Amino acid sequence: MSTILEIQHLKKYFASQKAVDDISFKLEKGSIFGLLGPNGAGKTTLIRMITGIFYPDEGSIMLNGKAFNPVNDVIDIGYMPEERGLYKKMKVGEQAMYLAQLKGLSKAEAFERVKYWFEKFEMSSWWNKKVEDLSKGMGQKLQFVTTVLHEPKLVILDEPFSGLDPVNSNLIKDEIYNLAKKGTSIIFSTHRMEQVEEICDHIVLVNKGNKILDGGVNEVKQQFKENIFNLELDTDGASLNHPSFHVEKQNGKELIVKINERHNSNDVLLHFINQNKKIVAFHEILPSLNDIFIHLVEGTPTARQFETVNA
Amino acid sequence: MNKVWIIIRREYLTRVRNKTFLLSTFLFPLIMILFVFGSAYLGAKSIQQYKIAVKDETNLYKNNFKTGNAAFFGYPDQVTTSNYKEKGYEGLLIIYSADQQKADSVRLYSDKELGLATDEAIKNQMQKINEERLLMEKGVSRAILDSIHAKSANEDLLNYRSYKISGSELKEDNKALAYGIGFGSGIIIYITLFVYGASVMRGVMEEKTNRIAEVMVSSVKPFQLMLGKIIGIAAVGLTQLLLWIILITVLSSVIPVLLSPDVLQQAQQANQSMPNMAQNNTMALKVLEVKGIMATANWPLIIGCFLFYFLGGYLFYAALFAAVGSVVNEDPQEAQSLMLPITMPIILGFIMMTSSIQNPSGPLAFWGSIIPFTSPIVMMSRIPSGVPDSVPYWQLGLSMLLLIAGFLFTTWLSGKIYRTGILMYGKKASWKEMIKWVFRKS
Repeated sequence: MSTILEIQHLKKYFASQKAVDDISFKLEKGSIFGLLGPNGAGKTTLIRMITGIFYPDEGSIMLNGKAFNPVNDVIDIGYMPEERGLYKKMKVGEQAMYLAQLKGLSKAEAFERVKYWFEKFEMSSWWNKKVEDLSKGMGQKLQFVTTVLHEPKLVILDEPFSGLDPVNSNLIKDEIYNLAKKGTSIIFSTHRMEQVEEICDHIVLVNKGNKILDGGVNEVKQQFKENIFNLELDTDGASLNHPSFHVEKQNGKELIVKINERHNSNDVLLHFINQNKKIVAFHEILPSLNDIFIHLVEGTPTARQFETVNA
Repeated sequence: MNKVWIIIRREYLTRVRNKTFLLSTFLFPLIMILFVFGSAYLGAKSIQQYKIAVKDETNLYKNNFKTGNAAFFGYPDQVTTSNYKEKGYEGLLIIYSADQQKADSVRLYSDKELGLATDEAIKNQMQKINEERLLMEKGVSRAILDSIHAKSANEDLLNYRSYKISGSELKEDNKALAYGIGFGSGIIIYITLFVYGASVMRGVMEEKTNRIAEVMVSSVKPFQLMLGKIIGIAAVGLTQLLLWIILITVLSSVIPVLLSPDVLQQAQQANQSMPNMAQNNTMALKVLEVKGIMATANWPLIIGCFLFYFLGGYLFYAALFAAVGSVVNEDPQEAQSLMLPITMPIILGFIMMTSSIQNPSGPLAFWGSIIPFTSPIVMMSRIPSGVPDSVPYWQLGLSMLLLIAGFLFTTWLSGKIYRTGILMYGKKASWKEMIKWVFRKS
């Protein structure tokens, strides 16, 4: 897989904050990338630099192997910000056409694409409705369409599911998978860890302007695993005393065990086999991204403090 | 550039298609015309004739008062301040003495407000009577006086024209026309600066509160977005102006036909009886008069300059209004307080115009028409009185250059504030912060 976006040593300091302080990462073509972090971690600033809204103080952004040029490269980027909205008085169709043309599509192209997406999302009947007449979920769908209809190579979605019901969430989710399959890279920024776990193949966690975690979802989980296993026996009454593990939680025949250091899962299994207890199930419990997130961010103040920047 | 064009088109079309645009475009000239002619009509109708009893102790004025439309004069016997009402009069005029050095010479008594027009009418009458009396004392006979009056009332006796000498050429100059055009174009620029400036500001605030700003600036540069909006609304303004000119021309040629000559004559008389009180009447009459002498004005120059100063002034202030719109949040109160420093110079310009129109070559007029903050309004009040006589070419050139430089500067300045302000949510920017944004490197 080739790299679509490469960020190196990106820095952006504001008067009272180091919003982004030396962040580097790479994004593969066709991957779904989770950009995570607590509120005020610098995610939005980072995204605004990638979309050309802010210029970085230092560092470089490479898009498709070339230095990022905001003026010409916006056609390759689709951005759905967290603070998003539409012109309320405009008609839905005109609004979509307008945003498509601003991305650089010709009128005919724009019409073609808008029609295609409206049909796909069953929105064709909305064309002459005013944006203010749409429900929040409908507006969200329209917003998503306007983000992707110019077929950008990189789509950046900031909290794309907020305000969507499960049906429409799934619709958008499926579309995200579809886009990734076609080779579009997606940056997905959210606080909702279960969504990240479900959708993303790669994550970066930022906190206080720094990158504190970078890797594939499974890789990260392996990295933070705590050797906790779920073990189920066919009968209860087994001896649970063994130096290789201790029981964290017991629910009848079901045990949650943590394997002690210098031991492995086979030691545990042998202990029960030797007692002639039948093992019905045995599997590792990997930490959820939520746990990892809380673990890593815990201890830092929940609200970011203002600091003086000497730069 | 192509993107700016797309934005201009949207800003223009959404506004022109709006019902409010159509309504204000067609109602404004109608209201203007109705106001001018309506107030002339009302002014003429509202002068009430009061019955004044005259008690003349000098016997110099008796029977010499001429009844006009503001006062009817009668000379009942034995009239006093206590019985004038019983005799059917609304006021009592007692002339104690014709000697003006002596106190208590002429007094008007009434139990109600008789109005300025009545006062003026009495004073005018007494002046005339005095004048005639003094002339007759010097041996001028009644017959001669009457024939003089008849002759001087004939307007043909006075064929007054004022000319302006420019080089070897003599040009007819018409101060009333210059005044009218200057005042009119000054007011139109003053109003449009506010209307379209506020329109730009509201547009920017809408983008910010609707949260579309960030979506937009991921496709276009903030500066392009601001420029597109400013130019789009300028086009709306020009369209509206053009429609107004057409409508006013059509309406003002139709309305006088509808108004009876009788009413106009009454308006004219009302003017004579109280010259200080009848500006609206004068304006209406001037509109009529001016139609005949329109040809004396240098229209291509005036229209050219008007368009230049309309656009220049608009561009100068629109950028500032856009900057204000970008730094405020939903709260209109915030906008009010930030708008004050922008609206002050506009109002100042209007005040300067009212005095510079009286003296288009004075120092106030000069400075007001050179400094770009006030030049769009003040210069337009000077131009109709003559280029290059009242306004030398170098002044016009300097004023235009400074206005261009001025709007380039305000656009640059506002672009800097706008770029940061449009993406700031939640708090109002302070002046200090805004200044910081201006000087920050991009």
